[in-house]
Amino acid sequence: MKKRSMSPASRSAFINYGIVIVAYVVIQILLGQGALSNTLQSLLVPVCCYIVMAVSLNLTVGVLGELSLGHAGFMSLGAFSGIIVSFALQDVITLAPLRLVIAIVVGAIIGGIGGVLIGVPVLRLRGDYLAIVTLAFGEIIKNVIMVLYVGLDEEGLHFATSQSNLKMAYEGVAIIKGPMGAVGVTRLATFTAGFILVLVTLIIVQNLVNSRSGRAILALRDNRIAAESVGISVTKYKLMAFVTSAALAGAAGALFGLNYSSTMATRFDFNTSILILVFVVLGGLGSIRGSMIAAALLYILPEMLRSFAISEYRMLIYAIILILVMLFTNNPKLKELIAKIVPKGKKKGGEVNG
Amino acid sequence: MAKFHFEKGHMVPVPSHSIIPERDLGSAPVLECSHLGIQFGGLKAVDDFNLTIGRTEIAGLIGPNGAGKTTVFNLLTKVYQPTMGTILLNGQDTSGKTTAQINRMGIARTFQNIRLFNNLSVEDNVKIGLHNHNRYSMASGVLRLPSYWKQEKAAHERAMELLSIFHMEDLANHQAGSLPYGAQRRLEIVRALATDPSLLLLDEPAAGMNPSETAELMENIVKIRDTFQIAVMLIEHDMNLVMGICEGICVLNFGRVIAKGTSKEIQENPAVIEAYLGRRKEG
Repeated sequence: MKKRSMSPASRSAFINYGIVIVAYVVIQILLGQGALSNTLQSLLVPVCCYIVMAVSLNLTVGVLGELSLGHAGFMSLGAFSGIIVSFALQDVITLAPLRLVIAIVVGAIIGGIGGVLIGVPVLRLRGDYLAIVTLAFGEIIKNVIMVLYVGLDEEGLHFATSQSNLKMAYEGVAIIKGPMGAVGVTRLATFTAGFILVLVTLIIVQNLVNSRSGRAILALRDNRIAAESVGISVTKYKLMAFVTSAALAGAAGALFGLNYSSTMATRFDFNTSILILVFVVLGGLGSIRGSMIAAALLYILPEMLRSFAISEYRMLIYAIILILVMLFTNNPKLKELIAKIVPKGKKKGGEVNG
Repeated sequence: MAKFHFEKGHMVPVPSHSIIPERDLGSAPVLECSHLGIQFGGLKAVDDFNLTIGRTEIAGLIGPNGAGKTTVFNLLTKVYQPTMGTILLNGQDTSGKTTAQINRMGIARTFQNIRLFNNLSVEDNVKIGLHNHNRYSMASGVLRLPSYWKQEKAAHERAMELLSIFHMEDLANHQAGSLPYGAQRRLEIVRALATDPSLLLLDEPAAGMNPSETAELMENIVKIRDTFQIAVMLIEHDMNLVMGICEGICVLNFGRVIAKGTSKEIQENPAVIEAYLGRRKEG
């Protein structure tokens, strides 16, 4: 047998970094030549955000094996906290990229805190409780932000549930206006920032999975009882995966929020959570590369379809695709066929095949 | 068939109505169960279970189907919390501990229906067993700090060393679920050994093995005991294996201990014969 200098897992990780870097360079060249339409250009940052969302959700659904139906809730937390932070620091830090980085970090921290708050009580339970609670969480976050008013004046930040209760000084600015969401946001997000965030996410997720902690998480997914029997603490590693996933979603949310001059809480509703879940399922559970590619393709395609007449049926088409994929991946005959096509050698030790 | 020769220790009685090998008298017993029991509703699945196991003893737990043998293992590893009695592991009380904590305290086990991490490689299965022995933080794993490289290298070497017990080094990159049945059973033992236990519980290790595989397994169990200086307790229906290597044997029927002793004593015990074969009709 030929001796390999690199394990299959790390080789696959480096291929993923390569794909992202090549995609970035190609798009930069196309941008330089003016070959991308305005619509496509406007999609670049959101695509990066959704790739991060899909890869991070894959950590919960594919690697940990727990279903989360409220991933957009964490994105929402990150988006609005990122917007508030970037607003509050507008005069203190004039350097836009630095402000963006701080906003993303704060978004990640807030998302992570949300993850802890949900994970600590729920991940102790066995069964589908996480799916139910995250579903509720996503809706609660949406509704809370719908009635949240945040304003800024020289005294600092004001939080209230109605505009008149904000009690700001005359020159104060309202950042978040309840149902209208965040308005007048300075658009800090750039494609390069998105690219870096994708790369950082890949490094975090892939290095985590290919480490001692990641093996513990995979062990829990494969056989909880056996994992416990070799001394792995169930709650600790479930929480680790879930909180990392939530924090990355918060970071993606902050970048997403700072890409638009206005953002409403309804952007991060149940449909968005399901959309991200569709990316993960279509890309293959546990496959980081699959999540990346599925997120990029499936986000761009419907946005392109928006200009056509079928745009109203977008979510319907998604639902059908999800059902079909579920049916096909559980079809033994189809699995046999795939097993015949894919050479056997590639399957060895392929816990996380991308 | 070349008979495998194994010198059993001389057994001596200890206060808890158990026998342990004479060589283990100098050190504290690895396991002491007293009045251990569990009740599911009205059913006493295990009742008043008393057993002491010496530090390097190979002990056997036998009994007819449904006698409660696996339940005893599940009580020892806290898959079920006992409703009665105490378990002392290396002299420490284990009440209120979780399965994971019990493993860190020194019990490792295999399962009657094999429980491997099927989608992971053989090497990763063993490395997961080493989980609590290579301790770098999540941050050093993500940032690939020097402690990550150093400990991963050590874990790889240790995993290979452990796999070599059963000559399984060549299978390291195979997916665990794709291994043949016998290899899966052996891998489970290797994974349990990786956690560095002081007591190894084997639940029907010879199930589904042919006589030559079983003979090899017997040698390996003794080899493991001698190399690691640990106690082994096994549940087995293969009486050649049990009588061949178990020093102290405990017989369970309907959740209660009906006999304890050496293989010779057990074979001659009328209660045991009755439990396995039924009562002889007189006249």
